[in-house]
Amino acid sequence: MLEGLLIGLSTTLSFKNLAMVIGGCLIGTFIGMVPGLGPMSIIAIMIPVAVTIGDPSAALILLAGVYYGAVFGGSTSSILINAPGVASTVATSFDGYPLTRQGKAGKALTIAAISSFSGGTIGAILLLAFAPALATVALLFHSSEYFALMVVGLSAVAAFAGTGQVFKALLMTFLGLAMGTVGEGVLFNMPRFTAGILDLQSGFGFITLALSLFALPEAIYLILDPNRSRQADGSSNSEVKELRITKSEARAIVPVIGRQSIQGFLIGVLPGAGATIASFLGYAVERNLADKKEQEKFGKGSVKGLAAPETANNAACTGSFVPLLTLGIPGSGTTAILLGALIALNVSPGPRLMVDNPQIFWAVIMSMYLGNLVLLILNLPLIPYIAKVLAVPRNFLIPFILFFTLMGTYIGQNNATELLFLVSFGVAATIFRFADYPVAPLLIGFILGPLLENNFSRAMQLYDGAGFIWERPMTLALLVLAALLVLLPSYRSRRAQIRAGGVADAD
Amino acid sequence: MALDRWIAFFIFLAFVIYGYTAFFTMDALLPPIMQRNPIWPSSFPKVLSVGGMLTALIVLVGFEKSPNPDALDINYRRLTEYKLGQAVALLVLMTVYALVLRPVGFLAATFLFLAIGSLILGERRYLVIALVSAAATTGIWYLVNVVLGIFLKPLPAIF
Repeated sequence: MLEGLLIGLSTTLSFKNLAMVIGGCLIGTFIGMVPGLGPMSIIAIMIPVAVTIGDPSAALILLAGVYYGAVFGGSTSSILINAPGVASTVATSFDGYPLTRQGKAGKALTIAAISSFSGGTIGAILLLAFAPALATVALLFHSSEYFALMVVGLSAVAAFAGTGQVFKALLMTFLGLAMGTVGEGVLFNMPRFTAGILDLQSGFGFITLALSLFALPEAIYLILDPNRSRQADGSSNSEVKELRITKSEARAIVPVIGRQSIQGFLIGVLPGAGATIASFLGYAVERNLADKKEQEKFGKGSVKGLAAPETANNAACTGSFVPLLTLGIPGSGTTAILLGALIALNVSPGPRLMVDNPQIFWAVIMSMYLGNLVLLILNLPLIPYIAKVLAVPRNFLIPFILFFTLMGTYIGQNNATELLFLVSFGVAATIFRFADYPVAPLLIGFILGPLLENNFSRAMQLYDGAGFIWERPMTLALLVLAALLVLLPSYRSRRAQIRAGGVADAD
Repeated sequence: MALDRWIAFFIFLAFVIYGYTAFFTMDALLPPIMQRNPIWPSSFPKVLSVGGMLTALIVLVGFEKSPNPDALDINYRRLTEYKLGQAVALLVLMTVYALVLRPVGFLAATFLFLAIGSLILGERRYLVIALVSAAATTGIWYLVNVVLGIFLKPLPAIF
């Protein structure tokens, strides 16, 4: 392994490859900030550039840099304007944006940068140590386990049912799940619930829904209440002053980062699970582990709630390289595009990659460390300037936010009808917010619904019935875990209520 | 009836239509070969529609306490006290942008969107508006179209 590491290090540290890492990270960060351009589209756009480089190591290093940069850039728009451009940064906005509203945008970005760095780096160390062993474990996961894993992911919804709004959160989840069934599914090959509208054939766009549920209602709130934007526009420059994280905050997020790096990495290793589910699960698990006082802060600007999904999604990105590099199986859309790029470069990933092209294998792993380090070094000094976006006067900032939601939707789909969906869903989501309905469960349901249905159907077909639930111990264990994640918060709050009642009686 | 219960009512109606489609009309289109599967395209929607209707009913009958409008960020009962006109005008502007983007072309549509948006919000420094909107429009078009290679039709359809 040491020999391999040295090969990787010598390849990565050449001037050309260093320039590739830095360039890739920069391009990824800046383009990733545009909602609608997620890592997948940016890597796809960069493939022609990478292929013309010719040298597979350099090309892969560039693409890996772009990947990490894009994931971090996506978090930036989630935190600053509540516009998650990628599914894996939806959970980042739950606590990242409230921090911005409190004038702590700089701090939020710093926490995001540090969490991303730690998640990515710890993920890379795990990749180095366990890649071949993990690949065999990942293959043990069948559709029934994936189904159970999606149920565990859905249990993240419980985190939003905090203030006695359990049924509203549940109703939103059902609505999201139902919206996910619109269009032609992968499994059934027939359009469902399209009402004959051709534009609905491929279902609602994720970007359309994400932007209309989060960014658009927030922009409408800013328009309705000018005082709201005055608090957030940084007129007091508070976000630049509060860049540093305090010692107590650091103490709070260190265990979160440790746990979520491992958990996120392991979820990332499973083909098909990926960064999105890792971020939701990370959020749900950390919320359950937090004490009651801290739990109430989740969703209102908790540093733990921000660090958890940010660490988990970066660790999962690294984890998703395990099946790609060791088995040649792309575990996510992004790694599928990377696989395409590898094949275009005349490299066939798989068990023999480590033997036939050790310099490529090790160079990619080394570039992960380096990419994460470069991201941290580049981004920390840039944060005050990025946060300055919020200091743009309201009269210009709001039209730009609205325009970015439109553009994000249009670029992804190239379909003007999608823009009309955006506006209508945006209005609906604003009305939901007026009535205090949590909208995050809707999006979680929408993202996980199709995965849940497909895996459940596949498992049902394989086992010709629901017998897989008790026949496969791992499925059962995951389902029990999901039930615990849902029931634990309400049990805790009940116990706390009883205790509080007891104290009141004693008085 | 409070707003949250009205919303639950409309979602309930939506689930009734959704459920009707799943239970009564969808399976008619199913090819015979797929009818042997243990799971049909309508299976999951059927479960969802029942779950959705029940949950909507629970919210509708007021099982959970409605939030106090005064405690929320924006009190919907006093919406007219906020800048409602501006919000509606900007939403209309977004809809118009969606409709004219293709016929008018990206450059003109975007310039007008940004400029009129600022005007609606009360900006009156016309020169600044024109400069910022023009610079942003060309900058974004250059980035998306030329650098990233995603085609955006710049000029009106007649050209």
